[in-house]
Amino acid sequence: MSEVNQNLEQLENKLQALKEFSASHGVDLNKEIKAIEEKIHELKIEAYRNLSPWDKVNLARHSERPTSLDYIDEIFEDFIEFHGDRNFRDDPAIIGGLARIEGKVVTVIGHQKGRNIKENIKRNFGMPHPEGYRKALRLMKQAEKFKRPVICFIDTPGAFCGIGAEERGQGEAIAINLMEMSRLKTPVISIVIGEGGSGGALALGVADKIYMLENSIYSILSPEGFAAILWKDGSRAKEAAQIMKITSEDLKNFEIIDDIIKEPLGGAHKDINEVSKRIKEIIIKDLKELGNLELDQLLNRRYMKFRKMGKYQNN
Amino acid sequence: MIKGLFKKTKYVTTSVPSQEKAPTPNIPDGMWVKCNSCEQIIYKKDIEENNRLCPNCGFHFRMSAKERIKLIVDEGTFIELDKDLTTLNPLDFPQYEEKIRQQEEKSGIKEAVITGTGRIYGEEAVIAVMDSFFLMGSMGSVVGEKITRAVEEATERRLPLIIFCASGGARMQEGIFSLMQMAKTAGAIARHDEAGLLYISVLTDPTTGGVTASFAMLADIIVAEPGALIGFAGSRVIEQTIKQKLPEGFQRAEFLLEHGFIDMIIRRQDLKKSLGKLLCLHKEVK
Ligand SMILES: [Zn+2]
Repeated sequence: MSEVNQNLEQLENKLQALKEFSASHGVDLNKEIKAIEEKIHELKIEAYRNLSPWDKVNLARHSERPTSLDYIDEIFEDFIEFHGDRNFRDDPAIIGGLARIEGKVVTVIGHQKGRNIKENIKRNFGMPHPEGYRKALRLMKQAEKFKRPVICFIDTPGAFCGIGAEERGQGEAIAINLMEMSRLKTPVISIVIGEGGSGGALALGVADKIYMLENSIYSILSPEGFAAILWKDGSRAKEAAQIMKITSEDLKNFEIIDDIIKEPLGGAHKDINEVSKRIKEIIIKDLKELGNLELDQLLNRRYMKFRKMGKYQNN
Repeated sequence: MIKGLFKKTKYVTTSVPSQEKAPTPNIPDGMWVKCNSCEQIIYKKDIEENNRLCPNCGFHFRMSAKERIKLIVDEGTFIELDKDLTTLNPLDFPQYEEKIRQQEEKSGIKEAVITGTGRIYGEEAVIAVMDSFFLMGSMGSVVGEKITRAVEEATERRLPLIIFCASGGARMQEGIFSLMQMAKTAGAIARHDEAGLLYISVLTDPTTGGVTASFAMLADIIVAEPGALIGFAGSRVIEQTIKQKLPEGFQRAEFLLEHGFIDMIIRRQDLKKSLGKLLCLHKEVK
């Protein structure tokens, strides 16, 4: 990929020079410029097609990658954020509230990463504490009561590992979300927009429809954690990413997710409008489809969706 | 058990026994172990005959699924379910099949959980017992599927459910499939719960990661054995994240009891009786 990138950079420099020359000397170089632009486009497609899993890990974690709040801004109207788990505190690593999509009121919940260091410290890099999951559950139960569908955006390296998190029952908080989401009496749609890290991601992921943005990842553990556990060497993350099968394509092939949402060349941050438009279309289509189901049907389908996950031999 | 109480076995009392003092001059290696708690050197057979409890201080050593079933289930009543479900390698993970084969040979079981139905003081229940000697009791597809089937069996037959947890968490080698077992088992437990049936989980050493964050913590009554390690994140990971030493007793059963996450701690020698009593108190009035 780096070779393609080098060529790309050279061509982009050349293009810039030609454009400047054309403007300053009044020479018509449109034909040449167009040829180079086409070549650049081809190279971009090639580079993009050959992204390694590790490239995708980096894209999924890219500092400019749109966050839950960015998408909520683009996709929904009238977002009103609600706070707190009514028990311990408000966890800024998970956001949630009410919003409207095509006139329909929904509950929106998402992991929230910061867009810079200062924000990331406040958001704890998108790693929730138990109270974050309990806030999410509170908002889901509220959605159930008022018969609103739930839309979840997943984007976390994982649930936070710390003393307070353990004291307040990180495992219990995640477990309860898994159980309650499995029987939540309203449609649930989950979209992995960046990192889908372990149980901390799944705790917003027991849904009727599950999507991944093309360059997002969804995994049992971060590649660093995986390498640390299996090889006692966290620096072998790149190698771990290669064998863990964590890309949207892998998960589509495994039938864990329903579909992949395409990203523009270079990643979602290159054109958030376009990505948001695609997400919005899917949400609107799914809300119609899921809204037509009887409640029993909806819950049975959700149960069976997860029931059939797993590969084993029945001798 | 009674016999064990009156046995007058003498134990070496130094915590670091010297070569001369070692009581094992003519006995082959592996017959003696050092207790993790009181640090005394103990004859292995004495531990085995004492439900894997330290005869000196009562420390709870880890127990295999088979030993656990023998301890808890009325003799001759255990009927195993799904014993022929075996592991595949969905990620084509290097050397995974070999690893499973080695674990099978070492532990004498095919996967990290044994499920079935059985009676405890005559009360019928569906019972699942995890085994930490099989790849640290990690949960991959087979463990998730066997647990789910056991829970479904309990729901269908309107039976109480008891799961003995012992697990290092989700199984890395099956990647995302292992993660999804958390949602699958939690879903099955939701249905058992909806049906108004009793679920007791018994947390034994260790219960961590994806098992803690799914069925282990979803029971109506959660009990633990003394000293059992119970938590979500591993202590090494936490220490690396927060760059400080963890407090004494962190993530032990007593710590969870204090923080309100388990109902009670029951000593192994009292476990069968207590479970029998709980089952009896939840008997359905027909
Ligand atoms: Zn001892």
